[in-house]
Amino acid sequence: MNELLKNLTEAVGVSGEEKEVRLLIRDLIADHVDEWHVDAMGNLIALKKGTGAVDLRVMVDAHMDEVGLIVTDYDSNGTLKFSGVGGFDDRALLGKVVQVGPKKLTGVIGARPIHLLNATQRSTITKMDAMRIDIGAKNKDAASGKVNIGDRAAFVTEYEELGPTAVGKAFDNRAGCAALIELLRERPYPFDLIATFTVQEEVGLRGATTAAYGVKPDVALILECTPAYDLPNKDDVSPNVALGKGPSIYVMDSGTMQDPRLVSLITQTAADNDIPCQIRRPGGGGTNTAVIQRVRGAIPAATIAVPGRYAHTPAMMINLDDYANVVKLAKATLLNLTMDIVKRN
Amino acid sequence: MDTFKLLQTLTEVPGPSGNEQAIANAVEEWWQPYATHFVRDRVGNLMAVKEGSGEAPRRSILLAAHMDEIALMVHQIVSHNDNGFLRVTNVGGVDIRHLYGQMVVVHGKNKNFTGVLGSLPKTMLPPEKRNKPFGYEDLVVDVGLPLSEVEAEISVGDFISFRQPLRKLQNGRVAGKALDNRASIAAVTICLDYLSQRTHSWDVVAVATVQEETRLLGAFTSAHSQQPDLAIAIDVTFGKGPGASDTGTFELDSGPSLDLGPNVHTGMYKALKKTAESLEMSISTGTHNRASGTDAFGVQVARSGIPTGLISIPLRYMHTMVESVALKDVERCGRLMGEFIANLDDEFLGKLAAGMMEKDGD
Repeated sequence: MNELLKNLTEAVGVSGEEKEVRLLIRDLIADHVDEWHVDAMGNLIALKKGTGAVDLRVMVDAHMDEVGLIVTDYDSNGTLKFSGVGGFDDRALLGKVVQVGPKKLTGVIGARPIHLLNATQRSTITKMDAMRIDIGAKNKDAASGKVNIGDRAAFVTEYEELGPTAVGKAFDNRAGCAALIELLRERPYPFDLIATFTVQEEVGLRGATTAAYGVKPDVALILECTPAYDLPNKDDVSPNVALGKGPSIYVMDSGTMQDPRLVSLITQTAADNDIPCQIRRPGGGGTNTAVIQRVRGAIPAATIAVPGRYAHTPAMMINLDDYANVVKLAKATLLNLTMDIVKRN
Repeated sequence: MDTFKLLQTLTEVPGPSGNEQAIANAVEEWWQPYATHFVRDRVGNLMAVKEGSGEAPRRSILLAAHMDEIALMVHQIVSHNDNGFLRVTNVGGVDIRHLYGQMVVVHGKNKNFTGVLGSLPKTMLPPEKRNKPFGYEDLVVDVGLPLSEVEAEISVGDFISFRQPLRKLQNGRVAGKALDNRASIAAVTICLDYLSQRTHSWDVVAVATVQEETRLLGAFTSAHSQQPDLAIAIDVTFGKGPGASDTGTFELDSGPSLDLGPNVHTGMYKALKKTAESLEMSISTGTHNRASGTDAFGVQVARSGIPTGLISIPLRYMHTMVESVALKDVERCGRLMGEFIANLDDEFLGKLAAGMMEKDGD
């Protein structure tokens, strides 16, 4: 059992309220970094001093927030109204269990029973604003005594390994966080490595914007968990990656052209080290790379991601070899990084 | 008796309609201390007979609570990139709108597999499918394994049960899967426990019935074989809550609902109501206008007819994986049946029959 992935995915950190994950990661990295601090946004930024062999400041980023819900009001029957934090398909919410607020009260999202629905209702998507979180409170007063407006709610899914794969919530992006933690546990790199565990990626790449500005790196590597759409389907879809085919390398998404020199470094490193990898089919979607690469006078940046099925639902799935290979490939890439690669003549 | 613990084991054990062996074993364990003997019939009904103190031949009352639950079944195994995915179909009245993102257990040949219900996201589906609930043709159960391993262990026709542990909510309420109808199995257990501390002259035949969610099979067959003099069906009814506040829905924690309607013998309703009054128990009255959608429908017409009552426990979000009940309602339901049975005497059937010919108000 991968304890790191288990502990990280089971922790709760809905965008803007990432403290639990921040504290957990701080404890996991404190012995392996030279210094760490938390910026005004809540980003956890840690410095691992290098040997000095290569004169670079390298930022490695992984966002620590996850999509979830935010309580907006109480209903007279004691249930909670809510909105989505981050991108959601309304269809992922019915019949799910959530943990609400800092006390992690169990709540459920039910619906009118199927027996009482007419044909039109059965074939209509229930919208989020018609759903309620039920914590069992008898009425509005009881609910307001237990939950505050603004409390976040997250899914409840226990991490579980199914042979080559693992199921859990929030692999997007605790898989990236776990990989970054593993990189910090290695011996010092030839350069100073600044790890940024960033907030609010899911609501517009907010944390990475300030983190990159503050860190002022020469190069940035972004670790992510990218949606895999490798399901039986008549039509070929893009963007796409597949589970079990190795780390996913970004070339282009809706927010970036990745730095081509870094992309070649990554793919060449993978080939040299017999690490499987796959180029993510170019298409929509975006990562922190989009904001990091335009900070200050621009920063060469690239993205390596663990493919994950069913992103932004309660139960994602990753392949554990893919995860291990992301760590391997990121490490090998960092060790091959030199000033020449990102120098502009 | 710890009602939460009782419900926890009862709800978490799988028992899809038509595959009730595991839940039958679990129920047998809970009923063991109270049963004089057990009978399992040809379709899988579990029947516990608790003999009364009267002289043989004794009268008997049958308690029917179905133990099966809604589920899914493997419909097709499909391959993509050498991975094996399962297409599924429903067993009983599954609301497909709740399936995306749900965890399940696939009951394979030799072992169980954890699975996730997934689909392509909205943007990847053809435009005409983006704005309506997923269909079974869009959903897959993903067990995260290569095709070869899937094909070796899983076959078309295998059962898939939902996986959701029972959880405590505030206010003495709980939420989980299969509370429809394990809440009633729990109530029968509480009733048997109540009767173990009281004398009762009648025999009690507690039946955990099979296949209620599909065809009420267990109700018809168990009532036929046991030939009881009276019967009570115990099921859940619609709880008042989000999306369901209309007539015919009942507040959680307001006590069991006693049903009136064609599947119910009016005399049984009155007698149960009187018992509730003697216990100062709050109850409500529910109605059904045609078929009650419960085991009462099957039990009532067994052989030459059995006077049948129907008690229901209010439950929110019926047929979802987050069904919710108040523990107190389950306990009240058990106590009500226990008290009713403890008071059954030689005259009861005669009075019930006479009641059929009495003018109202007599």
